[in-house]
Amino acid sequence: MPHAFDEMTGADGAVRPAYETLQQWLSSVPRDVLDHRRKEAEYIFRRIGITFAVYGEQNSQERLIPFDIVPRIITQPEWTRLAKGLEQRVKALNMYIRDIYSTREILRAGKLPEEMVFQNPAFRPEMNGRRVPHDIHVHIAGIDIVRTDPDTFYVLEDNARTPSGVSYMLENREIMLRLFPELFSIHKVAPVENYADNLLATLRSLSPHGGHEPNVVILTPGIYNSAYYEHSFLADKLGVELVEGRDLFVKDETVFMRTTEGPKRVDVIYRRLDDDFLDPLVFRPDSVLGVPGLMSAYHAGNVTLTNAVGTGVADDKAVYSYMPEIIRFYLHEEPLLPNVPTWRCREADHLKYVLEHLPDLVVKEVHGSGGYGMLVGPSADRAQIEKFREKLIADPNNFIAQPTLALSTCPTLVEQGIAPRHVDLRPFILSGSDKVRIVPGGLTRVAMKEGSLVVNSSQGGGTKDTWVLDA
Amino acid sequence: MLSRTADNLYWLTRYVERADCLARILDVSQRLAYTPVTYGGSTNEWGSAVLTAGCAESFIARYGPLEEATEENVVFYLAFEAENPSSIRNCFEVARTNARSVRTALTSEMWDVINSAWIELRNFPNRPLDREELANFLAFVKETSLRFDGATFRTMLRNDGYWFARSGAQIERADNTARILDVKYHVLLPEKERVGGPLDYFQWASILRSVSALTAFHWVYRDSVKPWLVADLLILNRQMPRSLAACYDALARNLDDIASGYGRQGPSQRLAQGMLARLTNRSVDDIFQAGLHEFITDFISDNNKLAAAITDQYLT
Amino acid sequence: MRVRIRHEITQSFEPDTRNAAVTLHLSPRSHEGQFIQRWVLDVDCDSRLYGHEDAFGNLCHTFSVDGPADTLTVIAQGEVETRDTTGVVRGTVERLPPEVYLRQTELTHPGEAIHAFVEELDLKARPDPLSRLHALMVAIHEAVREGEGPAVAEPLTAEAALEAKLACAAGISPLFTSAARLAGLPARHVSGYFALDEVGTTRHWAEAYAPEFGWIAFDSGKNLCATENHVRLSVGLDAVSVAPPRAMGLRQQEVVSALEPRRQAQNQAQS
Repeated sequence: MPHAFDEMTGADGAVRPAYETLQQWLSSVPRDVLDHRRKEAEYIFRRIGITFAVYGEQNSQERLIPFDIVPRIITQPEWTRLAKGLEQRVKALNMYIRDIYSTREILRAGKLPEEMVFQNPAFRPEMNGRRVPHDIHVHIAGIDIVRTDPDTFYVLEDNARTPSGVSYMLENREIMLRLFPELFSIHKVAPVENYADNLLATLRSLSPHGGHEPNVVILTPGIYNSAYYEHSFLADKLGVELVEGRDLFVKDETVFMRTTEGPKRVDVIYRRLDDDFLDPLVFRPDSVLGVPGLMSAYHAGNVTLTNAVGTGVADDKAVYSYMPEIIRFYLHEEPLLPNVPTWRCREADHLKYVLEHLPDLVVKEVHGSGGYGMLVGPSADRAQIEKFREKLIADPNNFIAQPTLALSTCPTLVEQGIAPRHVDLRPFILSGSDKVRIVPGGLTRVAMKEGSLVVNSSQGGGTKDTWVLDA
Repeated sequence: MLSRTADNLYWLTRYVERADCLARILDVSQRLAYTPVTYGGSTNEWGSAVLTAGCAESFIARYGPLEEATEENVVFYLAFEAENPSSIRNCFEVARTNARSVRTALTSEMWDVINSAWIELRNFPNRPLDREELANFLAFVKETSLRFDGATFRTMLRNDGYWFARSGAQIERADNTARILDVKYHVLLPEKERVGGPLDYFQWASILRSVSALTAFHWVYRDSVKPWLVADLLILNRQMPRSLAACYDALARNLDDIASGYGRQGPSQRLAQGMLARLTNRSVDDIFQAGLHEFITDFISDNNKLAAAITDQYLT
Repeated sequence: MRVRIRHEITQSFEPDTRNAAVTLHLSPRSHEGQFIQRWVLDVDCDSRLYGHEDAFGNLCHTFSVDGPADTLTVIAQGEVETRDTTGVVRGTVERLPPEVYLRQTELTHPGEAIHAFVEELDLKARPDPLSRLHALMVAIHEAVREGEGPAVAEPLTAEAALEAKLACAAGISPLFTSAARLAGLPARHVSGYFALDEVGTTRHWAEAYAPEFGWIAFDSGKNLCATENHVRLSVGLDAVSVAPPRAMGLRQQEVVSALEPRRQAQNQAQS
């Protein structure tokens, strides 16, 4: 594997200017003080109940995501560049989705194969020909970014369905402010706490009827969902009701919630529930998490769902590989943030290449998430590679492959002290009817294991506070 | 507020209250079981603990007849048994699940009590405890409910959420007091064959203890323990916070607060006020004359009706 | 042929259900092979029915039962003039390109049995899509016998129907659509009525797309392309998406009578 770029020490070992103050501070604070604060942070996280559930684990139903107390630093010019690229990307995603569910110009122009849309499990025929309020589909996007050198940020993945993690971004900052007030006095860190405010403003701007005081709610699958903490956290910060499907019902193509004072009309639903479960009268008939009749109210234009139904058609890993084309097609601009080069195993010559280079590549399922079902060639043994090869040959359409990137590293507090660990970044982009809002930074995920490139929390990844430094 | 939120608050406090009551029942049973038989101790004290806890049927299905109930299996069943939906462990489990579902409707202090108790509960081994461990455990349960009540009282906004939470606790408390009376009513009845003696004193005192009212009794009546006074204290005396009258006094007020907040009275207000009136306009002599047992049976059934009315009116 | 139809459905709910939303796919549309003379929907609750067109071009209605209710009865009735088009379905409302109907669903998902079945048929050897589809229909007719079945209860999966060698019409149609899609031919599920002497249930068949003809209706259970006896109600990716009523409830029961008015009069005179 190529040598990784460290965001603190750079390529040549000299501390980069943005990190100078932090580095001095780190080297002046005794190790046991750091350890002590780390334990304190963990204690606070557990006390306030910031936990997540891991699928497939019987006994440890609730776990903590490891929190690393060393912040990750991004400079203002770096961030400005990133923010522009993110806005461009989300704009293109929205235009693509609108097109796919209306006239499908992009297919007529032959820019991507039809089957990529029509055979895509995330394509919702039910959305065909439907306008959504304000013509925006992806109101809340999480775009995963990785870095390989001082100047190169790649988009690794688009999350256009129900991206999570923003509660960690906010809680991480709160904890840091509590544990290390001295650090904030020597750095000018751009605040993130206005995210909740931005989100509420965005959601309210999306009300189908405009005006008035729209009733916004957050729809959760319930307390057993892995991201339940985040759902209740956001409801609390926004001051809106956290509802489950059974709290809502549809009458006269209007959504109501059951309250102690009788039914109350609902205008905007920030749903954290997958399409499949939203309405058992349209999608999975066995879903008890959704709201029967919801889609009829949605189609009648009486309620806004954020994100819209069917946005998954834009964010799987096969469509990802066409994103540069998609940006050029709709915006007539060059992508500001490059894609990681991607081989689509559905194409014969790509598959051939991938099969020949398995030990060097990262192979992912087109619809996979959470770091499951992927092969990291360089760190896999022979048997794993061979097993994966069989899976790949059996169903090539289901996979894409990418070169193993030397993800950048950041200083991280581990058993042995401060050591470099690989990181990525998930900024959150809010698209309202009035404007696009992005709070500076996002969620930095860190692979706590030495050398590991998998940052997903379900695979032992941790998080860090992310600082965008004002100059 | 969301009906489900109100429902969760209501059940959260009910389960905390239930756990507290179970702890008291176990406390008192243990004390009675160690009292020599000549001083009123009895061999089937553990059986009556199961009856009081209201889970006789499921207990018998698992361990056999109540007469053969032992300290070990009763304590385990009421405190820890995973299959007993009302074991203390499950009460805490359900209370926390409810709390988690309405995390945003609780103050952080309330959440902290419930969540910490739930975490601490895991430190108690899942096996029959020795006496010291059990004493620690019961103290922990009682302390949790005290802390929770305190946190609720001190930190929660006085709005519909608070009133639903309090209503749940009061309904549960009234039910528990009534069930203690239901199981023990016979020792309070004037019997011709038996003259009140030292034996009965321990039985009466144990009833008072199970609602933490032995000291209160003396303060209120300045008299030795007499069965009709015990009944008076637990049923009609509004000074006694666990009496049926005190519970209904609070319930009627809470429900009225809800109704005036929403600007609408309903069936649950009418039921609660009706029951309070019946508890107020009656003497303990009237109750004994009409039949203590019938009175208690009716009360339990009416209390359940009120619970159903609250559910129907607000919680669904 | 004139067909008079009466379709009565009883949907049971959990006791005292309130605010139950219901979607009905119970309104046939006219096309070259059928003309809707008259059609009325009637529900036994006081609610307004909201009509709209679904993703697949069907007419549907949504409403809610305020309750508390234990059951809901829906009656659809009317008269349809049909004519034989040798199975070719023209003039339908099409909102999606045929390629969308290559999507498999949970019900049609082909397992080992269907894969083997399609492979053995060697459809590629046939000269054109139409002959392939005919071959498929005949093969399915031979492989799976049509039996009695509750048409509106849980439909069988295509794979299960093939393995059981016995299925009701609602189970055979997913098998046809599954196999056709596997062979690269767009196919969809059709629910409708079959004019018959006695009372029965909803009829299910399939439509497949052959570029030179358009959509063609195949009833594998009867081993024929749709005739003037077939009245087309709605289409979708599988039987679930066109279930006449969709609601979160318990059982559904239905009675269908679809008959020529003349023969209906005769029957009544005899009885």
